[in-house]
Amino acid sequence: MKKIGGVSAELAAVDGRKRLNMDKVMTAVCFVLLMIIVVIPIVMIIYNAFFYEGKLEVGMFVEQLTEPNNLGAMWNTLKIAIFTTILGTIMGVFYAWLLGRSDIPAKGLMRALFNIPYMFPPFLGAMAWDMMFNGRSGYINKWLVNLFGLSSMPININSVGGIVFVEVSYYFPFVFMQVVSALERMDPTLEESARIAGAKQRQVIWKITLPLVKPAISAGALLILTTSLAHFGVPAILGYAKRIYTLPTRIYEVIYNSGGSFDGIRQGAAISVMLVVVVALALILQNRILSSGSYDIIKGKSMRPTLIKLRGAKIPLFLLAIFTLVMIVIVPLVMIVLISFLKAYGLPLEFKNFTFAQYEKVFSANGTIASIRNSLFVSITAGIICMFLGTLVAYVVQKIKPKGKGVLEVISMLPYAIPGTVLSIGVILAWSGRIAGINLYNTIWIILVAYLARYLSFSMKTSSAALLQVHSSLEEAARVCGASHTEGLADITLPLIRPAMVSGFFLIFLPAMREVTTSILLYGPYTRTLGVQIYSLRDAGMIPQAAALATVAIGIIIVLNTIVTKLTKDKKGV
Amino acid sequence: MADQIVLNHVTKRFTTKTLGDIVAVDDFNLSVHEGECFSFLGPSGCGKSTTLRMIAGFEDLTEGEIELCGRLVSSKKKNLYIPPEERGLGMVFQAFAVWPHMNVFENVAFPLRIQKINKTEIDKRVKEALHHTSLTGLEKVFPGDLSGGQQQRIALARAIVTNPKVMLLDEPLSNLDPKLRETMRFEIKALQRKFNFTIIFVTHDQSEAMAISDRMMVCDMGKIMQIDTPENLYNKPCNRFVHNFLGESTFINVVIRDGKAYPKGHLDQPLDLKVPLDAAEEMVVATRPNEIALTGPGEGGFATHIEKRIFLTDRTEYLVPVGDQLLKVQTPHRIAFSQGEACSVHLVEPMWYPADDEAAEKERARRQLV
Repeated sequence: MKKIGGVSAELAAVDGRKRLNMDKVMTAVCFVLLMIIVVIPIVMIIYNAFFYEGKLEVGMFVEQLTEPNNLGAMWNTLKIAIFTTILGTIMGVFYAWLLGRSDIPAKGLMRALFNIPYMFPPFLGAMAWDMMFNGRSGYINKWLVNLFGLSSMPININSVGGIVFVEVSYYFPFVFMQVVSALERMDPTLEESARIAGAKQRQVIWKITLPLVKPAISAGALLILTTSLAHFGVPAILGYAKRIYTLPTRIYEVIYNSGGSFDGIRQGAAISVMLVVVVALALILQNRILSSGSYDIIKGKSMRPTLIKLRGAKIPLFLLAIFTLVMIVIVPLVMIVLISFLKAYGLPLEFKNFTFAQYEKVFSANGTIASIRNSLFVSITAGIICMFLGTLVAYVVQKIKPKGKGVLEVISMLPYAIPGTVLSIGVILAWSGRIAGINLYNTIWIILVAYLARYLSFSMKTSSAALLQVHSSLEEAARVCGASHTEGLADITLPLIRPAMVSGFFLIFLPAMREVTTSILLYGPYTRTLGVQIYSLRDAGMIPQAAALATVAIGIIIVLNTIVTKLTKDKKGV
Repeated sequence: MADQIVLNHVTKRFTTKTLGDIVAVDDFNLSVHEGECFSFLGPSGCGKSTTLRMIAGFEDLTEGEIELCGRLVSSKKKNLYIPPEERGLGMVFQAFAVWPHMNVFENVAFPLRIQKINKTEIDKRVKEALHHTSLTGLEKVFPGDLSGGQQQRIALARAIVTNPKVMLLDEPLSNLDPKLRETMRFEIKALQRKFNFTIIFVTHDQSEAMAISDRMMVCDMGKIMQIDTPENLYNKPCNRFVHNFLGESTFINVVIRDGKAYPKGHLDQPLDLKVPLDAAEEMVVATRPNEIALTGPGEGGFATHIEKRIFLTDRTEYLVPVGDQLLKVQTPHRIAFSQGEACSVHLVEPMWYPADDEAAEKERARRQLV
């Protein structure tokens, strides 16, 4: 009997004959929703980049493509992404190996601490680094000048190098987390047999361990690459003032300068196509360099791996790891908090200049409370909708497997590779009155729609993985016990994947809370999100106020993360 | 015959968070001769794998010393520890441990490449190793595309390619199906005859150990129970554990009164046994179900009846009450009794062991949690 996932082929066929098939309804709903959320915005970008009033018109696209500012931005985007990926990957692999295979002390604690940079919003990091090492006014720069009597600022963070440094600091955990878990799952006898074969520890690392975790390295590197290519916050904060543009910040500028006119948005669409092409090229390149093998390293008895004795290097490496954490988490955090207490930006960091006034100001300004409320509303709503929709798509793809399930899977994963800025342009083009008269522009709903498109793949991935674990016999057993297909689904399958659905929700809710890339293009006068509000305050020169709100935002993120960890810790299920 | 592997007072202690101190290996002394196939046999947690890993050099010792081919490789007293790659061993693991990112040829060539041997020599020796493990023709294939048996052959080829003097086999057959297991057992023995290496074979399967070994060590809870040939171990187990572990066993708890052995708690009828002179007041009598004779009543022996009759494929099993204990008896099919029928049992030269040690049972339960 040929199985097709949730129910056997015969069972499904019988179901289909008897009555209106719920599977068919679910499949249809999936296609329609994905069409609206994902396909229409993407089609709108391509259409508007190349067509004008119904006619093919490539002149504007060629104009944008040959515009020196855009070409420079493209070059910067590539440079930053490639360097960030290479350095972030090296850093991630090094620390993963250090924590996974060496006898470095306080491993459990270190592992927990190394996940923090992942939660830290990169654009707040960029803000802090700008405060310290701005080429004109950085606090530590000024201090160094005074201390050593230098004639110019020693470090300029407002450079391509500075952007790369900040992005590496917050993106290396992508590789770190993938590689650490691969090392943990790896059968230690694979390494031991190399020792027996006569290989020295060093040779084992290069010839066995690293090649075996290559798929994990590759997956993490890909994540860094696509995130960096699409990232708005760090290059905007560090590069904007020095006219260092990347494609996402260039798109923002074009639209901002045109005051949101249709021409500006069309130009943005044209640059978006360039960005998508760059992402596609990067993906192909990455695939060439690190073609990931698909081998199974998860078997064997669970013997503890032999840990490599660092001997003399133990303490220096431990200190290096601690230093790294302090530099990328504690120092920026302290800096933001200190600045948030300053009477005015630029004053020395002395106690007499400290005040709580910035907090009062920022919270009495209208817009701040609203921005927190807006962020909470869109993040929670997007989280809930994506949780159900993602599970629905996952169920259709994994268990119903209709014709065209491949298309469905690709469509739902598409936003994963499409930069948030690009998605925003598509959403603006689609939902500002041009289709069926629906105009969501300047409302909170347009941000919600963009979030749905952007984050759907997150929940779909977790639900998919969980559904794969639910063996078809479980639902079949329910059928034998007298349950209908619907009852089997509701009583057996859904409860089993509930923990995965919940974690899918948080996987969306947490990043959405601190999001800037997408919402910076979509916000209206009354629909600023938390990220946008911090960004605008800083942009308007009110840096201590921005720092005060950033401090609050980090506080909220820490509290939410703690709650999530508590909640998800003792969940049972698949 | 020279001793190729010598363990002197080898001890390994662990401290675990949940169970406190565990003596995984307690004062092991043994020597394995050149060309011998020597098995470590015991249930999981008995210390056999830890001992093997100490010989391989993956674990350090807490006390004692290990000598390989006349060379000291681990010694706590002299603070000496030679890393595994310098011990010149061959080893095959339970989970095969063939490298999925290398093809068959590269897997087998790896130890030679590490030794920086020239290419023509590598080609020649790999070819030879693949020939002896029936892998010729699969050089370019990746292990992921091969069956478990073939993967284990790669591991064997990789182990013999350097022509080591000592081969460590860590449950190499337990991931294979039963048919294949038997074939591989013969192949390992054939390779041993050809290359004349000494084997240490770790397993928890007694029939496998008996079939392959010249001598074997039975251990339990970190202690050596007995070291001997398979035949002697089966026929003269030194204690109840070894008796039970090496083959189907049946036990009767007895009390000794006036030189006669009675089933514990039932002093009305003595067992038809010659009680050893040094017997304590309480003893355990051990024998194998197929060595007990069953006759009709009145032919001597211990008079009882058939409680239950179970028809097995190659013999019949009877459960026979002795006092309130049930004795397991297996006979050829031609000796037929029906359920409830009177009979008598004759124990033929059983083994005598001291009564159960409760402390040992408790320790076993504690270790099972590890």
